[in-house]
Amino acid sequence: MSSKISNALRWIGFTSLEPLLKLIRGEEPKKNGLLVFKKLLVPILSVFIFLGVCNAGAKYLYNIERERKIENTRSVQGEEAAQQMADCIDSGDISCKPNSLPSPADVWSGAKTLVEDHKMITADKKEFKEKTAAINKKRKKQGKSPIEYTGRPSFVDQIITSLKTVFAGFLLAALIAIPAGIVLGLSETLRSGLNWVIQIFKPVSPVVWLLLVSMVIKTILANADMDKSFVISFISVGLCSMWATLVNTSMGVSSVDKDYLNVSKVLRLGVLSNVFKVVLPASVPLIFTGLRITLSVAWMVLIAIELLAQSPGLGSFVWEEFQNGSSDSNAKIIVAMFVIGGIGFLLDRIMMFVQKMVSFDSKA
Amino acid sequence: MESVIEKKTMLECKDIKKAYPTPKGDFVVLEDFQLQVKEEEFISIIGHSGCGKSTLLTMVAGLNDITAGDILLDGTAIAGAGPDRAVVFQSPSLFPWMTALDNVLLGVKQVFPHATKKQREDICKYYLNKVGLGDAFHKKANDLSQGMKQRVGIARAFALKPKVLLLDEPFGMLDSMTRVELQDVLIDVWSKEKITAIMVTHDVDEAIFLSDRVIMMTGGPYAKVGDIAHIGLERPRERHAVLEHPDFYKYRQHLLTFLDH
Repeated sequence: MSSKISNALRWIGFTSLEPLLKLIRGEEPKKNGLLVFKKLLVPILSVFIFLGVCNAGAKYLYNIERERKIENTRSVQGEEAAQQMADCIDSGDISCKPNSLPSPADVWSGAKTLVEDHKMITADKKEFKEKTAAINKKRKKQGKSPIEYTGRPSFVDQIITSLKTVFAGFLLAALIAIPAGIVLGLSETLRSGLNWVIQIFKPVSPVVWLLLVSMVIKTILANADMDKSFVISFISVGLCSMWATLVNTSMGVSSVDKDYLNVSKVLRLGVLSNVFKVVLPASVPLIFTGLRITLSVAWMVLIAIELLAQSPGLGSFVWEEFQNGSSDSNAKIIVAMFVIGGIGFLLDRIMMFVQKMVSFDSKA
Repeated sequence: MESVIEKKTMLECKDIKKAYPTPKGDFVVLEDFQLQVKEEEFISIIGHSGCGKSTLLTMVAGLNDITAGDILLDGTAIAGAGPDRAVVFQSPSLFPWMTALDNVLLGVKQVFPHATKKQREDICKYYLNKVGLGDAFHKKANDLSQGMKQRVGIARAFALKPKVLLLDEPFGMLDSMTRVELQDVLIDVWSKEKITAIMVTHDVDEAIFLSDRVIMMTGGPYAKVGDIAHIGLERPRERHAVLEHPDFYKYRQHLLTFLDH
């Protein structure tokens, strides 16, 4: 039972909880106590230190912003107005709050607002659905498209949209890069002949990819009835992120252990069984390293691309909050930052898990 | 006593030359190398490291180009690698993502394309049993010890039913205990199959224990056959009997004296 828990922890990558488990069970208290300190207490402590530094920094910036605001009021409207402004700020009134880096407490309340907001919108959607159910049924019979909810998406909706985009992009990248990487890896001629493509396109900025893709998509899908901004953003994400997989796959395929290839030659394996039985399994660890980098790059560039492509998602959420400049906008941006980071971390963990499942090399 | 029926020549190396081009001109590893191996003969090639004995073996296997000369297998010149010349590599070179059985099966599929799945599996299991892996059919190659991996390597080679078996320092990476075990396994399986075998080694005792003839190569570059020792110990051989045989030390002395020069 307990070893099952340990194994489960190891599988999902939370090995740091293992010593605590052992300590509770009373195994080797001295060694495990030290391990708990190293793997659990120090990280937790560092989180508190981080929050403390953020808090102090936010307070410092807040005070600068406060002084400046009072000083401005004084120079324009005189001493009395300045005093009023100072009182107003200190009372915590939203209307005169200085706009600066939010403190951890602000961020926390921002997160709560976002959750509340999501609940509200979900309820609103449900109500809308119930209201329009009858009408939509009728419209369906008449062959008309149903009335859809056109209200503002909640934060959670934005996250889901972003995830959809990133998965579409990631899938596109994998579908292009893995086969192309295998072909390049197998053929020395193609590899050196097409190296310039990789070298030139790999460092191109996501923004430029976006522009390039939108140039093409605008022409191709001029009359198509589909979400163009989604198509543009996922293709751009795919094109930006596929290079790591392409390079790693071709490297993996071209550097398969010579002994394996000799065995394949002695057995006179055909081209296809050579690729699928020998070359591909042997390069799985490197292909997955590439895919992991691709996924993390995809997630990273997604935000910038959504922001520019005007396609819904976390990127546009951040941009809208920045533009709108309401009192808790900054806090919401920081919340989004942590959500983006957390999801990126989670995606990487999922990839690691899948890699462990399919790879022969358990150390990878 | 010479055998009455003259056995046919299974493998013949004629005027073999191997040269690697370098900026300073060709580096000649082997030159004017002659060798004839009879059917059902087990020969060892011994020599100092770098003398080109492994190069010769890879050329016979078809994994390395021949600069000049011919290698005839059963009368026809070889072209490329093929399962008629099975190789036991120094590193076991099993595919770690496959089970022991699948590793053997992969080659058997190529050699017996018309056999049923059951028949193929039976062949593989027969040889895996022979090398003492009867209980490890479905173990991943990665989970086997080095010695067990090389056992699978031996089973894989025999299961191909090759005309010639090529062994490239097959026990070089094993500890001495495992090496002795595997020599016994090899001689045991070989005695039943009598497949013409060429083994490269630098272990003098191993060469004498396993072979009918030991080819001693001169040091490279321009290596060639320096001397040949005919090992007349009767088969089947048993380790203790061989070690107590007075001729064993005579052969040993012969080989060591050659290698000292």
